Amino acid sequence: MKETPLSNCERRFLLRAIEEKKRLDGRQTYDYRNIKISFGTDYGCCIVELGKTRVLGQVSCELVSPKLNRATEGILFFNLELSQMAAPAFEPGRQSDLLVKLNRLLERCLRNSKCIDTESLCVVAGEKVWQIRVDLHLLNHDGNIIDAASIAAIVALCHFRRPDVSVQGDEVTLYTPEERDPVPLSIHHMPICVSFAFFQQGTYLLVDPNEREERVMDGLLVIAMNKHREICTIQSSGGIMLLKDQVLRCSKIAGVKVAEITELIQKALENDQKVRHRKEGGKFGFAESIANQRITAFKMEKAPIDTSDVGEKAEEIIAEAEPPSEVVSNPVLWTPGTAQIGEGIENSWGDLEDSEKEDEDEGGSEEAVILDSVKMDAGVISNIGSQDAPIVLSDSEEEEMIILEPDKNPKKIRTQTISVKQEKAASKKPMKKRKKKRAVN
Amino acid sequence: MAEAAAIAAESLAGSKARAARTVLGQVVLPGEELLLPEQEDAEGPGGAGERLLRLNPGARSRVRVVCGPGLRRSGDRLLVTKCGRLRHKELYWVDSQQKRYVPVKGDHVIGIVTAKSGDIFKVDVGGSEPASLSYLAFEGATKRNRPNVQVGDLIYGQFLVANKDMEPEMVCIDSCGRANGMGVIGQDGLLFKVTLGLIRKLLAPDCEIIQEVGKLYPLEIVFGMNGRIWVKAKTIQQTLILANILEACEHMTTDQRKQIFSRLAES
Repeated sequence: MKETPLSNCERRFLLRAIEEKKRLDGRQTYDYRNIKISFGTDYGCCIVELGKTRVLGQVSCELVSPKLNRATEGILFFNLELSQMAAPAFEPGRQSDLLVKLNRLLERCLRNSKCIDTESLCVVAGEKVWQIRVDLHLLNHDGNIIDAASIAAIVALCHFRRPDVSVQGDEVTLYTPEERDPVPLSIHHMPICVSFAFFQQGTYLLVDPNEREERVMDGLLVIAMNKHREICTIQSSGGIMLLKDQVLRCSKIAGVKVAEITELIQKALENDQKVRHRKEGGKFGFAESIANQRITAFKMEKAPIDTSDVGEKAEEIIAEAEPPSEVVSNPVLWTPGTAQIGEGIENSWGDLEDSEKEDEDEGGSEEAVILDSVKMDAGVISNIGSQDAPIVLSDSEEEEMIILEPDKNPKKIRTQTISVKQEKAASKKPMKKRKKKRAVN
Repeated sequence: MAEAAAIAAESLAGSKARAARTVLGQVVLPGEELLLPEQEDAEGPGGAGERLLRLNPGARSRVRVVCGPGLRRSGDRLLVTKCGRLRHKELYWVDSQQKRYVPVKGDHVIGIVTAKSGDIFKVDVGGSEPASLSYLAFEGATKRNRPNVQVGDLIYGQFLVANKDMEPEMVCIDSCGRANGMGVIGQDGLLFKVTLGLIRKLLAPDCEIIQEVGKLYPLEIVFGMNGRIWVKAKTIQQTLILANILEACEHMTTDQRKQIFSRLAES
C-alpha cells in the first residue's frame, strides 16, 4: 500500500510547533520516549519498545567453518527486517532503500566497533568456529527504528547463552544445555545509537523523532556511543550542513542518553537473571512481561502535557482580543424577498476577476451592472428577470445611490441567480467582489 | 476471553447455528451463522411448554430485523463478517475495534489531495484506493471557475460512489448543489487519526465529550468517518491539548474524563 501522504497543514503545524519547542506528545527537545525491555523464555530473545516502536531481537548460534582469511575468528551476522505489520508502506518488494541504510548502519555500529570478542568464538582454529546470528524484526513503526533496533541487538546479545564447548587434544565436546549451563558471550562494551533530527536547515534539533517528526525533518544525525563515551559510529544523512559545535553538542547529549539507556539495560538484564534463577521457579518470558492488552481495558500511557501556562495565555489572548462582533440580529435586506444574515466564510477561490470580463454567456446566470458608486456599502444587487428589465433598487436603509452616466464603462460582473430563498454563501460572493473593487479603487 | 473463544470455536465446528438472542454481548467470530428470533421458535425444542397452534401454517409472523455493521444476510440467517461483541438495540450489530476504513456511500470523510490530473483530483481517504474528486463537484464551480485546491490540501467531502468493485468517487456538494460545510479545510490546524469507533461515539447526537470540549476554549473541529479529525484552536498548545484529549477519550471512563476536564478548566 502506498504511504498516507503528509498534508500541507500537518507539515506546517509540526514545523510551527517545533519552532515553539512543542512536540506532539508533550516531550521536551532532548527527551526519549519510554523504553521497555522484555525477555522471552529462550536466552537471546527480547522485545524492545521505544514508545510505540517495537523491535523483536533473536540471537542464535551455529558451529561452522571459519572464513579463509580469518581462521581464528568467529562470524557475526546481523539482519534487520521490516515486517509488513510495522507500517502499511512496508511491502515485500518495496523497502530497499530504508532497509539497506538501516542494515548498514547496524553493521557498522556492532561489527566495526568490536563490541563482541570474536576470538573467543573460535573452537578449533581453521575448522570450527561459532557463527552468531542476530535477527531483528520491526513489529511496529512509530519513528526512530535505528535506536530501537540497536538497543534490541545489544540486549539480545547480552542475554544470549551459547552451549559450552571443551577441547581436549583432538577431541571437541559440545555440551547440551542439560549437561552444562550455557555460557554468555564475551562482550566488551555496549554501543547504542542515538538519533537527532534536524529541522529548518539545522536550526532546530530533536532527539528521538517519532514518525510524524521524521516525515518533516530535513536531516538525521545518528551517533553510536558506549557508556565509556567512545564514539563507535557517526552518520549524517539528509544533506544538511552541520556546524562543528552542533555536532559536539549532539555528542555530549548522546553521552548522557547512552549512560541512562545502558543503566536501564543492565537493570533489565539483572531482573531477568533474578527471576530465572529463583528457587521457586519464577515465571519469565513474554507471557508474563508483556501486559495483557484486553480490548475492553481503559488504559493508555500517560502523555505529559504541560498545561500550566494555558490559563495565562488564554487570559492574555482574551484580554487583548476584541469582543466578538455583534451577532447580526438584523438581517440585511437586499431587495424585497432577499436578505442576508452574517458574513459567511472567506471566499476560498482564487482571483477570478480577469477571467470574467471575457465570458458573457453562462447558462442561468444573470449580469448586474455594477454602479461605480463610492457609498455602496450595502450594495445593490438587482434581481434582473431579463436583460431589458429596469434595475430595481432596494428600499432598505442604505445610503443614497449615485447613478453614473452610461458612457463610463460599467464593469460587468456575473453574479449568481438570486432566488427568493437566498443562501448566505451565494450572497456573500458578490458582496466580496464589490469589496475587492473598493479596495482597488 | 478463553471461554468465549472456546464456545465460539465449538459452535463453528459444525454444531447448529446459535440464536442471535443468546449470543448478545458475547464475542462472535467471522463465519458464524446466527438464527433470527422467528426461526428460533420454529426450530426450538418441540413440546417445551405450550405452543400456539398455528391456524395458518404457511405464514410465519414476519419480524423485521435490521442488520448493522459486521453482519450480513445469507439466505435466512445472519452471517457474521467481523469479530467482536454482538449487540442489539433496535438493530443487531457487531462492536469491533477498527482503524482501517472501508469507503461507504454517503459517509463524510476528510481526504488529502495527492494528485491533480486534468479534470479530477485524486484524494487519499485511507481506503485501499484513492478516491476521485471532480473539480466541478464544488459549490459554484464551473469550467472557468476552478476551485483553488493544491496537492496536499485537506478536503471534507462525501462519497457518491463507494463499492468494492470500483474506485470510490467523492464530491464536495450535496444533492441540491450546496456546499453545506464541505470543501477545502483551512490552512492551519492539526490532523490526526483515531479509531473508527471513537469517531462514531463523538458524532453521536448528544455526545458529552464535544460539549465539554467546547466549553474549554473556542475551537474548530472536523470529524471524518475515516478516522481522521482536524482541530484548530487559537494557539499551538491548545491545539495539542485538544488532540491529546480526543485521542485519550477512547480509553478513559466518564469519571476520568470529567476529572481531566475539571483540571483543565481550572488551570
